[in-house]
Amino acid sequence: MRSDLLMNFSVDKENKTVNVKREFDAPLSNVWSAWTEPEILDLWWAPAPLKSETKSMEFKEGGRRLYAMVGPEGAQGWSTFDYTSIFPKTNFKYTATFCDAEGNPNSQFGSSFWDVTFSEQGNSTIVDITITRDSFEELEKIIEMGFKQGFTSAMEGLDKILAEK
Amino acid sequence: MKRDIFQAIADPTRRAILVLISSTALTPNAIAEQFQTTRQAVSKHIKILNECDLLEEKKLGREIYYQLKIEKMKEVDEWLEQFKAIWEQRFSQLDQVLLNLKAKENEK
Repeated sequence: MRSDLLMNFSVDKENKTVNVKREFDAPLSNVWSAWTEPEILDLWWAPAPLKSETKSMEFKEGGRRLYAMVGPEGAQGWSTFDYTSIFPKTNFKYTATFCDAEGNPNSQFGSSFWDVTFSEQGNSTIVDITITRDSFEELEKIIEMGFKQGFTSAMEGLDKILAEK
Repeated sequence: MKRDIFQAIADPTRRAILVLISSTALTPNAIAEQFQTTRQAVSKHIKILNECDLLEEKKLGREIYYQLKIEKMKEVDEWLEQFKAIWEQRFSQLDQVLLNLKAKENEK
């Protein structure tokens, strides 16, 4: 696997946006599938040891994905993606919201607005992601929380492995 | 007024001031001399940086010297690093998924 793949990461606090750009050593059609088909999306979306489990997904304009990030001990954090616009193999946009298992939004956190663009560059594919929020403080909180949860569950996973030995 | 650190680094002049005072303590006058701007403008930037709790104040005689609280800047780095790390992990997982997809296609 290539190890020189481009990755850009920037935070623009004033515009309340985060931009992430990454090159993938794969044809555009495969990268598009990996982002838009639930079976594939679940394989990589959650940073291990968390798992992504999609309960329902309708990838079309006006459609919704309801999924959970599941920790090694079974703790679940639910979110919805509401797809607002789709240009096949080029771009899609969605609104991401924390929610309960039924998809009822958690009003504590508001939503984030995702804009994901795909382009070909030689034999590789560039994915350019812009995430915008109503307020940056929220974003900080969410990242902090997500990271803590991820870290805690990582430690739990390690405990479990060690206990089994 | 309590400000946060991202307001401090949002402005290019303030970023330059932070670089300037990261290695040595300087007086407001010495800082102002480095920039093509007025003493008042620099004072305003210093005030904001102070409100962000980024400055260490030292009094020597009548002069006030400012130096950067390095550990505060590390907090920003750590926060960004954490966020970046999540994406890096996610993407290296995606790399693996894409590799498997390619392998499957080749089998066909």
